[in-house]
Amino acid sequence: MNAALALGDDALVLSHRLGEWAGHAPVLEEEVALANIALDLLGQARVLLSLAGDEDELAYLREERAFRNLQLVEQPNGDFAHTIVRQLYFSVYQHLLYERLAAGDGAFAPLAAKAVKEVAYHRDHAEQWVLRLGDGTEESHRRTQAGLDALWRFTGEMFQPVEGLDEPGSGVDREELRTTWLTAVTETVERATLNLPTGPQSGGWAAGAGRQGLHTEPFGRMIAEMQHLHRSHPGASW
Amino acid sequence: MVAVTPETGQESGLGADLGAQLAAAFDAAVAADERVEPRDWMPEAYRASLVRQMAQHAHSEIIGMQPEANWITRAPSLRRKAILMAKVQDEAGHGLYLYSAAETLGTGRDELLDKLHSGKQKYSSIFNYPTLTWADVGAIGWLVDGAAITNQVPICRCSYGPYARAMVRICKEESFHQRQGFELLMALSKGTEAQHAMAQDAVDRWWWPSLMMFGPPDDESAHSAQSMAWRIKRHSNDELRQRFVDIAVPQAEALGLTLPDPDLKWNEERGHHDFGAIDWAEFWDVLKGNGPCNDQRIGQRRRAHEEGAWVREAAAAYAEKHSAHHAVQNTATNEEAGV
Repeated sequence: MNAALALGDDALVLSHRLGEWAGHAPVLEEEVALANIALDLLGQARVLLSLAGDEDELAYLREERAFRNLQLVEQPNGDFAHTIVRQLYFSVYQHLLYERLAAGDGAFAPLAAKAVKEVAYHRDHAEQWVLRLGDGTEESHRRTQAGLDALWRFTGEMFQPVEGLDEPGSGVDREELRTTWLTAVTETVERATLNLPTGPQSGGWAAGAGRQGLHTEPFGRMIAEMQHLHRSHPGASW
Repeated sequence: MVAVTPETGQESGLGADLGAQLAAAFDAAVAADERVEPRDWMPEAYRASLVRQMAQHAHSEIIGMQPEANWITRAPSLRRKAILMAKVQDEAGHGLYLYSAAETLGTGRDELLDKLHSGKQKYSSIFNYPTLTWADVGAIGWLVDGAAITNQVPICRCSYGPYARAMVRICKEESFHQRQGFELLMALSKGTEAQHAMAQDAVDRWWWPSLMMFGPPDDESAHSAQSMAWRIKRHSNDELRQRFVDIAVPQAEALGLTLPDPDLKWNEERGHHDFGAIDWAEFWDVLKGNGPCNDQRIGQRRRAHEEGAWVREAAAAYAEKHSAHHAVQNTATNEEAGV
């Protein structure tokens, strides 16, 4: 079940990153919002990983090379703008993907139908913040543009086919997904008075091999923290 | 509550006696267990005392996120991680309710946060203790939330309406957290030897600080008598502490864990548990800022606020631009419509 792992790991890893914000958010309302999104994603991860096996075994006992998440979601939080841009890139993708899966008749249709409502909220949250930050102050504009540039190279990976997901009847056409995503993200970014990277910077469009278990350096440290306690007590129940 | 607003007072021409009559009406209403609402007249000292207590309560929710959030990224199962994230989220929500309730008294959230950051207002001393193992998350749920609930349930009948209503909502969620903490400790206590030891160690470290949450003994509590007269408080610190001990002892037995107090024993005559002396020197020291985590907690809180300043400024600038834009559009539309 490669596809369940791919989708489940995306949700698990991004949820973990958002969990790192707890107690550090710029305003109390964002403590609530970021935790809420993290919880939705964790809920999705648990359902998806359970389709592939035992959720805790998969989360806590796999090594780095066995994780199938996108490199985008494992990127460190950076500042609030960096986190929000990561949310924008991912949640627009996830929303479009889940809408299509929900409309199809593949194995993920029922799950996608439930999750799509949560993801629509995540997308709205990210888009609203990109507008505020891009069209806010000079500093917020600069930081958000920096986030868009830095994370751009991880976006191409979202449009590589995933075995078991991009089957006939699943409703997913990666090329159509890519075009729709690009249109939606461009619209938000332009309304926010920002620019998507073009020219040489966009050479990274197709980079990334998280689906093949090839991750970036910060990921190993992230799962070391995540797995440490569980691994220290083999066989224990919690 | 009788509608004694300054306006109605002036309309009825009470003149020089107004103050005394308002105070008498207030005292009578409070004595009759009526609720005071934001527009009602209230003594300045009552207002100040409530602001102090509610702000401290709100700050405790916000600072209290830190010791638990410390374990979110290390929670040992996905189920526990989800429970812990939900709990920390609830705490941020409780902070928001309480700041809103405090704002009905004419103060602002920004002002209150400034006072927290500058040390002018306090938060519960319990959150100055560190969470050293996973079991601490369970001990906080069981003991710290248990003590908080014992303290807070009577506040659901507090004389100030907005505070009482906030507490009704908060206590429901807190009770849920407490059961989860108990259940977490139960899983550890009945788990492996190492897990059981982890649970016992956590209870040993959190027991006394939890008893300190009820505040100083009655004869040293500066605000108690007045708070009880105003029906902000319903029971004394020592009464609530005793109630908590009596509830916790059988729960510890059910958990298969001991409480770290050799003097703890049932007193048939009193119908209560006797317990050992609290180290009040430690309590006052932590309150003065010298606990294990005081600097760390307030430091993280200040940093989050300072590092988030540009985000709040961006949101304000955006709102201003777009509301100004909106207003211009509305004016234009109104002119077109001949309004």
